[in-house]
Amino acid sequence: MADTFASGAVEPRGPKPRRVFSGRNIMIYGTLIVVCLYYILPLWVMVMTSLKGMPEIRMGNIFSPPVEITFEPWVKAWAEACTGLNCDGLSRGFWNSVRILIPSVVLSIIVASVNGYALINWRFKGSDLFFTILIFGAFIPYQVMLYPIVILLREMGLYGTLWGLVLVHTIFGMPILTLLFRNYFASLPEELFKAARVDGAGFWGIYFRIMLPMSLPIFVVAIILQVTGIWNDFLFGVVYTKPDLYPMTVQLNNIVNSVQGVKEYNVNMAATLLTGAVPLIVYFISGKLFVRGIAAGAVKG
Amino acid sequence: MAATKRPGRLLRNLNGKIAAVPMILTTLVVFLGGTLWTVLYSFTNSKLLPRTNFVGFDQYERLWASSRWNTSIENLLIYGVFSLVFTISVGFVLAVLMDQKIRFEDTFRTIMLYPFALSFIVTGLVWQWILNPEFGIQHIVRSMGWESFVFSPLTNPDLVLYGLLIAGLWQGTGFVMCIMLAGLRGIDEDIWKAARVDGIPAWKTYTIIIIPMMRPVFITTLVLVASGIIKLYDLVVAQTSGGPGTASQVPAMYVYDYMFQAQNLGQGFAASTMMLLSVLIVLIPWAYLEFGGKKHG
Repeated sequence: MADTFASGAVEPRGPKPRRVFSGRNIMIYGTLIVVCLYYILPLWVMVMTSLKGMPEIRMGNIFSPPVEITFEPWVKAWAEACTGLNCDGLSRGFWNSVRILIPSVVLSIIVASVNGYALINWRFKGSDLFFTILIFGAFIPYQVMLYPIVILLREMGLYGTLWGLVLVHTIFGMPILTLLFRNYFASLPEELFKAARVDGAGFWGIYFRIMLPMSLPIFVVAIILQVTGIWNDFLFGVVYTKPDLYPMTVQLNNIVNSVQGVKEYNVNMAATLLTGAVPLIVYFISGKLFVRGIAAGAVKG
Repeated sequence: MAATKRPGRLLRNLNGKIAAVPMILTTLVVFLGGTLWTVLYSFTNSKLLPRTNFVGFDQYERLWASSRWNTSIENLLIYGVFSLVFTISVGFVLAVLMDQKIRFEDTFRTIMLYPFALSFIVTGLVWQWILNPEFGIQHIVRSMGWESFVFSPLTNPDLVLYGLLIAGLWQGTGFVMCIMLAGLRGIDEDIWKAARVDGIPAWKTYTIIIIPMMRPVFITTLVLVASGIIKLYDLVVAQTSGGPGTASQVPAMYVYDYMFQAQNLGQGFAASTMMLLSVLIVLIPWAYLEFGGKKHG
């Protein structure tokens, strides 16, 4: 009766209906709302600052909405902001990031899903040992492996290229993604696999016809995880690419923290928002799947 | 699962082995090989290029004699302790509040978690702007009439770490809250019923029953947050660039600068080996607690 609006599926919970304005509720909601203000504040400030002109910023208050809305900072951040000698704005970084993102996401997910599938259904001697090392490898600070990878990439002729960075993202995405796929495949009924084996399906047949169609949600989770993770990467971008291939985060940092010229805070905030836009959009669209993705990192293998 | 036995013949499972080749290469060549390589070369006097001219612990002696490195370690310790204590305690309290069968739970969670989707670069730059002494919070409070108000952590060497902390907590607490909330939801309803029947007040149930039951969740969170803190790099680069002066330097920055800017590879390797050591200090007791006795699988 307490939950008449919680249509159907949810069973009535809690002891009895409470008054809406009990002291307890005021405390809970009050605290949560104050906390949420702290979380929202930076987003609010970014949007407001990016819509103001510089004179208004100098006179006013960073929290106040713009008196006169201008989209010029956005245009400038996208197309004209300077990093060093280049003045073609963040658009270059954006397209670099896209070009890095797509192959990295595709390759890392293919490798990790096939790997997780093999680890569950096609075990061989030692496969669990490698998996354990892989998971512990996720905790090794990247700094320890940065230089050896420079050497490896140089030997392969990939150092400073887009594909080199794609390879690096595939390698460092492997522990978490393999864990994600392995745990998911382990939860599928084994009889399915056995039945397919009896029917004569092989490694790839089972993967493509049974595992893949049954695990679309986990693929979506993996895509979310990788898109946000790779888009937000900074360290690998700086180390393994050259300035004309810098991903958006690196270029953003160079634009905002450049010491030359007059600081245009509105352009900086527009640039920051543009860089944050892709993961934010992914986050708001994906909702609970995002939560599931990050929780996967917390679940022990 | 462990009971499943497959024929041990080599060819039968060839595909499984081929599929695992990327994993095997990654673990052996990059993770193990790369780590050992770096540790090995940290005992050389490599400058611009790696060289096998071994000099014992010279690099480590120079590292620990460097004031910049000592500042970095000190900063990491201070930031780390505060960050751990705050993310975990605040994350837990928020999770408890969220677990009170409240309405708009999804909205609250969406708001608290969105910073986690953003990069440290974006986080650092936004907070750099909000904490800007000329335009940010300090300016606003002053313009409201309190002329002597001082709040500019990013320009004060003594406070800069707390400026980083405000940003770091903003980015990461939502994540910890989500893990904690999942942990709370995993606790059997019957425990709550039993506690209620016994007339134990809610706060007491949390402190003496729920928190001890959630020990594994706390430990996992601790390990995740701690290993993230040791890697702390992007946030500092974006928000303070290690300044003012060297007041907010962190180890990862030292490593990067010596490896790729100062062309003193030996120092960079030694510093990164120390980072590895600090991760092991966090990781080994955890692995021992978690998997000690039983096989990991």
